[in-house]
Amino acid sequence: MTQIPLSLIQRTAEDLMAKAAIDIPEDYLDGLKRAADTEEGDLSSFVLKAMLENYEAAKQDRSAMCGDTGVPRWFVKLGNEARVEGGMVALEAALRRATAKATFDVPLRPNRVHPLWRTDHNNNVGIGAPEIEYGFEPQGDWIDLITVHKGGLFGTDYRMLFPSDGVQGIKRFYLDSLMAFGKRGLACQPAIIGIGLGGSKDICMSLGKRASVLRTVGSRNSDPRIAAMEEEFKELGNSIGMGAMGFVGKNMVIQCNIEVGYCHTGGMPMSVHAFCLSSRRAVARLYPDGRVEHRTDPDWFTDYQRRETVDWDAAKEAAE
Amino acid sequence: MSIREIRLSTTPTPEEIAALRLGDIVYLDGLIYTAREGVYMRALEEQANIPMELPAESAANFHCSPAARINGDGSFDMGAVTATASFRFAKWLPEWMEKTGAKLIIGKGGMTSKDYKEYFVPNGAVYLSTVGYGTGALLGRGVEKVEAVHWNEELGLAQAMWVIRCNRMGPFIVASDLNGDCLFERENAKIAENIARVYEGTKPAVLKRYGESDDRSEEVI
Repeated sequence: MTQIPLSLIQRTAEDLMAKAAIDIPEDYLDGLKRAADTEEGDLSSFVLKAMLENYEAAKQDRSAMCGDTGVPRWFVKLGNEARVEGGMVALEAALRRATAKATFDVPLRPNRVHPLWRTDHNNNVGIGAPEIEYGFEPQGDWIDLITVHKGGLFGTDYRMLFPSDGVQGIKRFYLDSLMAFGKRGLACQPAIIGIGLGGSKDICMSLGKRASVLRTVGSRNSDPRIAAMEEEFKELGNSIGMGAMGFVGKNMVIQCNIEVGYCHTGGMPMSVHAFCLSSRRAVARLYPDGRVEHRTDPDWFTDYQRRETVDWDAAKEAAE
Repeated sequence: MSIREIRLSTTPTPEEIAALRLGDIVYLDGLIYTAREGVYMRALEEQANIPMELPAESAANFHCSPAARINGDGSFDMGAVTATASFRFAKWLPEWMEKTGAKLIIGKGGMTSKDYKEYFVPNGAVYLSTVGYGTGALLGRGVEKVEAVHWNEELGLAQAMWVIRCNRMGPFIVASDLNGDCLFERENAKIAENIARVYEGTKPAVLKRYGESDDRSEEVI
């Protein structure tokens, strides 16, 4: 079986680090342009126009869009037949090397420090940094490398809700998160809001984060009832009357993505995440023959990722 | 309301500061320095000598750490420049302003009108907010030269004191004035009128939290 060369992985990972920091993904850019067209608040309108100019400046100058280049992390998805030269430990080392090298080369801000001693290696690498998370797909000899450089301080919250809280409780916590972090623009909105519902507490946070960073503007949850909620929540967020930087305006939410996981029967945990005005993500698919296909849609939430039956193949056959 | 654009020196006169109005757009010329918790702690708590003549060289304190690198030959490359949220630095700012004569505090999100009235106004200072947030590439174009990086060894790249020569660096938004009024609080008040309607039908969570506010017109900073 042919292996995916390690040198290709590291080289591609370095490219992705730069692309994520510099180039705003098309789907988000289109969403923000639509927002700028409809914005009526004078200050928030000025802000959106400045942001559009900023994306252009970053592209022309090959400079990071934002001086806070977030906390780089990796999502790696492997087709079931994919094999990496040197194995997965070698892949992790390559991603750590690429993260450190790109931090110097682009340059990115070395944001990662020890939580207590504030030690900074000036390369965004340290204990648990960058995070590397994995997913798998039933077919394929490829790997997808996805890097996301999300801001790390504001816009995210978690709450344990209960079935009796219902959809009205979900709406309230959603609005609370937008109000709390939208004022003064701490969440750097208008943003892609990700909502995680269900799972265990930690998975609830992951689901919401992945909903914000691994789904594009214009995507829909495959469950039509959840897709309808996504649309309703986007409108609800934009009806607050708050725009960019917390100024009066009507664009707070560019897209609302909801992802769910089965949870404890007594609970309904919820998390909210905001992927900011510099929604940094970049993706590439690497094949064993050396081909590399770049894209900006992580395409993470496939039917396989959202499966709810015991056995995948049996479910597929039943569907046919 | 039309938006005014103003070019301002980083060592502004009292008259120039007095002329600024909430919501004005400002572009800066002159030397600017970055200082945030690392610099404040080193200068104020550890009493280290500040390695610049302040405010003669600059009266503009940027709450920022740039995306930048120090090359092998000691030269600097600076890409994007973006502010970090300022409210966290309220603990050090009164002493810092008194010590350094800073007149322009530049950052993300501003401070409260209480902060402005208590120590910005008495020091003749105002707050400028970056735009977006995240017009890092645009601000980067305003960097004419990185003059120096102080305390990099002690504090690391992100917390070091970067001294930047600016040429029409901006845009920034005037977020406080010499009355101590706060642009963000003015906007909050306008938005607050609509809160009850947006929340209509929703209900408080069955499981409460300690220390929480249930008043959406309040802020969490």
